[in-house]
Amino acid sequence: MAGVTKANWEDTMIKTLKGAVAALALTATSAIAGDLVINFDDLNPGPKQGFDDMIAQFKQENPDINVITNVNDREAHKTAIRNFLTADAPDVTSWYPGNRMAPFVDAGLFQPVDDVWDANNFHEDLAAIKATMSRDGKIWGVPYSYYQWGIYYRKDVFDLLELSEPQTWDELLAACAKMKDNGVTPFTIGTKFLWTAAGVFDYLNLRTNGYDVHNDLTAGKIKYTDPRIVKTFENWKVLIDECGFVDNHASMSWQDAIAPFANGDAAMYVMGNFSVDGYKNAGLTDAQIDFMPFPTIDASVPLAEEAPADAFFIPTNAKNVEDAKKFLAFVARPDVQTKLNKTIGQLPINAKAEISDDKFIQEGFALLNSATGIAQFYDRDAPAAMAKAGMEGFQEFMLDTSKMMAVLERLDQVQTEVYK
Amino acid sequence: MTDISQRTNENPSWLKRNKLAIAPWIFLVPALIFFAIYVVIPIFESLWLSLYEWNGLYTADGQSTATWVGFQNYVKLWDDPNFWVSLRNNLAWLILYMLAVPAGLMIALFLNQTVTGMRFYKSMFFFPFVISQVVVGLIFGWFYNPDFGVVGTIWKWAFCEETVNILGNATFKCARPVPDILSSPEWATYGIIFAGLWPQVAYCMILYLTGLNNVAADQIEAARLDGAKGWKMLWFVVIPQLRPATFIAVVVTVIGALRSFDMIAIMTQGGPFGSTNVLAHYMFEVAISEYGERYGYGSAVASVLFAIMLVYISYFLWRMYQDEKDSR
Repeated sequence: MAGVTKANWEDTMIKTLKGAVAALALTATSAIAGDLVINFDDLNPGPKQGFDDMIAQFKQENPDINVITNVNDREAHKTAIRNFLTADAPDVTSWYPGNRMAPFVDAGLFQPVDDVWDANNFHEDLAAIKATMSRDGKIWGVPYSYYQWGIYYRKDVFDLLELSEPQTWDELLAACAKMKDNGVTPFTIGTKFLWTAAGVFDYLNLRTNGYDVHNDLTAGKIKYTDPRIVKTFENWKVLIDECGFVDNHASMSWQDAIAPFANGDAAMYVMGNFSVDGYKNAGLTDAQIDFMPFPTIDASVPLAEEAPADAFFIPTNAKNVEDAKKFLAFVARPDVQTKLNKTIGQLPINAKAEISDDKFIQEGFALLNSATGIAQFYDRDAPAAMAKAGMEGFQEFMLDTSKMMAVLERLDQVQTEVYK
Repeated sequence: MTDISQRTNENPSWLKRNKLAIAPWIFLVPALIFFAIYVVIPIFESLWLSLYEWNGLYTADGQSTATWVGFQNYVKLWDDPNFWVSLRNNLAWLILYMLAVPAGLMIALFLNQTVTGMRFYKSMFFFPFVISQVVVGLIFGWFYNPDFGVVGTIWKWAFCEETVNILGNATFKCARPVPDILSSPEWATYGIIFAGLWPQVAYCMILYLTGLNNVAADQIEAARLDGAKGWKMLWFVVIPQLRPATFIAVVVTVIGALRSFDMIAIMTQGGPFGSTNVLAHYMFEVAISEYGERYGYGSAVASVLFAIMLVYISYFLWRMYQDEKDSR
């Protein structure tokens, strides 16, 4: 157990350092006509393999285009993109929709790709993500993948306690009570890097108030001291008091928090589907873990889910726009999305694509298809400064729930400054 | 012949006449150029930037997207609780870091004896200063970790008993929860300062060890004949002679305290919820980190930090100047 946590910690450190080096060393590949420069931002084995396969297929179908790829680490890419969009723009780059693309759209660094959507029937096939890809009435990119969030739980612990997947808030609280009686901490989480707490908040808010309130809050249209958001926090307090999270969560990363889950000390984890790899690396098998949607809190609120998407964009300074658009059309094709997402273990966005037979993917697909709204994530839907303050507030609240109103009032203050 | 040589002596070129005055400047020019590019100009740039609101982006044709806001960033800073927390932590660093000076002196006095293997012990005490601050931060991060660190292990041994959980795996039940120093808003800063003291004490120790080499043996002997020993000997005879070493030790410790960025970045990233931030790290967080992108505001934080340092630097320069004048 100790070995795992320590290794993960080191891993994070090394990644940060590597990212910094990579950002410096990012090769400025200058392009000539006929070249198509694509920047991609995931060096993890699965995604990189998926991307490489996809590029190989694109080259095969378009032998006249000379594709040049720069694959960078995620964190390094976040720094580098701020520079290369102006200084040395590629023809296509990966980035995130929602508020994450807003600064670049507002600065005129991305170009709209409505024509690609019109020509390829994407308005229908990619409908799930259309809203978050849009800003100022235009569409700015093409998504290639997304993944579901929800509760991952220890099926063997649930079986031992004769629990079934709780469908409602009351059932969840009852299940928690039973777990606590048997010495199991209901939830694990690691809030050291803050964003994990935002996942819990988003789901509580989506279930308490629904999709529109989530959007209005992240758009700065309602205050944090609004009675509806206060209600969300009160539910969160109930969750902390009656269910409870592991101790010391503020000093753990999300990977560290897998340790108590793998050991059977904690039974549930509000997480994204990328975490399944982590459970399996910690020695858990498919039979021991399962996925369930976050239970309903208010039955009258339609179910919306959290599913962050990844997308490709064309910078304004791209030199080969024609081929870049060809690539974007290619990326969203059902067969391409099917293959890519099978390799990277996520969900295709194109409604006509097929999914792999992995049980988490299957459940996620069913979940997202039935959802009435798809939220990105608190830190992608809200502007950066608000997200940072908000997530710090969530962590502070989780450590001491008595500070609720003080936290909410401070977030109101930040809100008035951020959305002017 | 004689005429010509005389004439050249009377009328040497301007360069030759001012040789002594010019030579130092020629040697200084490269350093001055780099100092200007990397220090002086950025200072003014960031002062200027602190009057703008800017997310660090340029438009596609290279125009900055900054907008002029005057002193608004400073007004915001005044109302920003995170700024005051950072400032208070800066102060805690400055005060507590000073412990490194007496602690370094104590260790130096202790090590200043002739015993076989003393060189080895000295180098062992000096070791933490040699390793990078990042490594020190990482080691102390593990040290404090409630699950597998030294603190956690000792605590578990004292207050916890090992049991099996529902699945039959080993787990711990604790009478009192393990202290999680780096996640506690009250204690985390002190935890980091303590970690920072480890290399800083070593640095002060080495300064005092060299100082102790130069303490005049005859004065010690004379004091001893007069009956001085123990604390009196230390306070009235040894420490006054160590004054230059003390001055340098204080200077490097103040600088060390104000530079505390790396340990914080490694150990807590300013968390939990910003309670271990210092101004340097807060500036980084606001301007450059993933959720930052507020360069104007970050520059305002930097300007305040600069103003605070300026007070100290001016005192330091004035003091140096006085010393130079006395010794001339």
